[in-house]
Amino acid sequence: MLRYSLKRLLSLIISLAIASLVIFFVIEVAPGDPASFMLGINAQPDTIAALRAELGLDVPKIQRYFDWVGNMAMGDFGTSYTYRTPVTGMIRDRLWVSLPLSLYALALSTLIAFPAGIYAAARRGKPGDLVVMGATQLGVAIPNFWFAMMLVLVFAINLRWFGAGGFSGWQDGLWVGIHSLTLPAIALALPQAAILARVMRSALLDILGEDFMRTARAKGLTRRQALWRHGVRNAMIPVLTIIGLQFSFLLAGSIIIEQVFYLPGLGRLVFQAISSRDLIVVESVVMLLVFAVIMVNFAVDLAYAAVDPRLRSRT
Amino acid sequence: MSRNLTLGTILSSLVVLAALVSFVWTPFDYTAMNIPAKLQTPNAQHWFGTDHFGRDIFSMIMVGARTSIAVALVAVGIGIALGVPLGLMAAARRGTWTDELIMRGNDLVFAFPSLVIAILITAIYGAGAINAIIAIGIFNIPVFARITRGAALSLWEREFILAARVSGKSGARISLEHILPNVMNLLIVQGTIQFSLGILAEAGLSYVGLGAQPPLPSWGRMLADAQTMVSFAPHLALIPGMAIILTVLGLNLMGDGLRDYLDPKLRVART
Repeated sequence: MLRYSLKRLLSLIISLAIASLVIFFVIEVAPGDPASFMLGINAQPDTIAALRAELGLDVPKIQRYFDWVGNMAMGDFGTSYTYRTPVTGMIRDRLWVSLPLSLYALALSTLIAFPAGIYAAARRGKPGDLVVMGATQLGVAIPNFWFAMMLVLVFAINLRWFGAGGFSGWQDGLWVGIHSLTLPAIALALPQAAILARVMRSALLDILGEDFMRTARAKGLTRRQALWRHGVRNAMIPVLTIIGLQFSFLLAGSIIIEQVFYLPGLGRLVFQAISSRDLIVVESVVMLLVFAVIMVNFAVDLAYAAVDPRLRSRT
Repeated sequence: MSRNLTLGTILSSLVVLAALVSFVWTPFDYTAMNIPAKLQTPNAQHWFGTDHFGRDIFSMIMVGARTSIAVALVAVGIGIALGVPLGLMAAARRGTWTDELIMRGNDLVFAFPSLVIAILITAIYGAGAINAIIAIGIFNIPVFARITRGAALSLWEREFILAARVSGKSGARISLEHILPNVMNLLIVQGTIQFSLGILAEAGLSYVGLGAQPPLPSWGRMLADAQTMVSFAPHLALIPGMAIILTVLGLNLMGDGLRDYLDPKLRVART
């Protein structure tokens, strides 16, 4: 396991290094100089040069890359070109919205998908299974931002159970924060729940055909007991992998959902940064999202190998 | 043909037909504004109603279908054109550093969700349908590479491939003449799934302003425009939303149906 973990760790470091290189140099080839953009078309060349020096844009690209990566590793993402404030603080404030939203959506998606998938697998081919599968087919076809608009229409505008958007922050209390993130989290969770329910059902159906399930029944366990004690536990391996992968998609997906609900999260930050050519913010947020995806994949790989020893020996 | 395949083919064909017909005919000019006729609900003249500029929504949906299909189709094309050769090459050189390099490269591209790629591209070149195609297309490459490699690996162990190797054929020729035709079914099914995901991704990118730009209609941007008016004109959001859902549902059903139809094991089980 140690050898496997070290090998995956090396792969993780290489992946992060290449990802940071790609992001930095892709942003660097962007036409237009941030300093010229900030000072406007009437700016004098010496003023632009002074601002370039202040922003650290006058040093060679390769040195800037290493400075950027080195500072990031220490938790310093640099200074925003537009707001002249530390990017780390801006990201931290926005993460307090995007991260809880993604986790809330992940919890909801799991809570919906598990019972639905288990129910469908236990009633394979029966009306209950067909209804669940039909619903999941529809769930994966619905764009989450459209579903979000429908939730706003029904639960915010017509029923007035929730606000139509905005987030006042966590200082008003945990419940107020959770309440304002509920509709966005439901919208974000729905397609993921549909995918997860299908994976859960299919994993369970595979397990139900295994010899050890027949043995469990032969030992005298009822169908339900065998399903819960042996079926669900063994089906968790592929399901946990998908849950891990979904977290990264939820974090990226929250960027779109934040637009529907006017939430001050990472999504709004990055779109504002694009329009004001605040490229350091764009590259920092993109790097953070990619970092999250790579780290979650790494954690999933390790968890998978810990549960299934065959994987360790294969690599 | 299964019920899924029939229903999926009908739904998808309707959308493709609407897109094709829009090249020669739409009930109204999709760019023509008619403010006095704004925000009409569906009626005999405007089947899907009108938007806040009095534009005919049915015509916009038809042209929007064109945008969605074009973006998703080209993105799938990029994924197949680059991903399949990479997958074939990785399988042909399985266990070597070429295989390792291709697969680790795949993992790396996978770490960039299409929205993140779109954000990067937009930050450089600005928003547009072409950039949406590139973003979705890049995300499709590792999908096709992985699925091709996975299927090809098991084929390389088969006897007919061994026979081809004994006859002196090169790895590239075996991949092209024997492996590729045998993974084609899988690629068709995956292509359908990626196509439906492409429609969703295009809608999402257009919704946040990173996809097709005005005056070209796109379903995602129609939804973005509808957002502030959904309380008094819900049809503005309902109709483009239903167009996306039915298209994606149709393609998914078609994908499921094709998988069942093209899988010989499932076909034998049915008969």
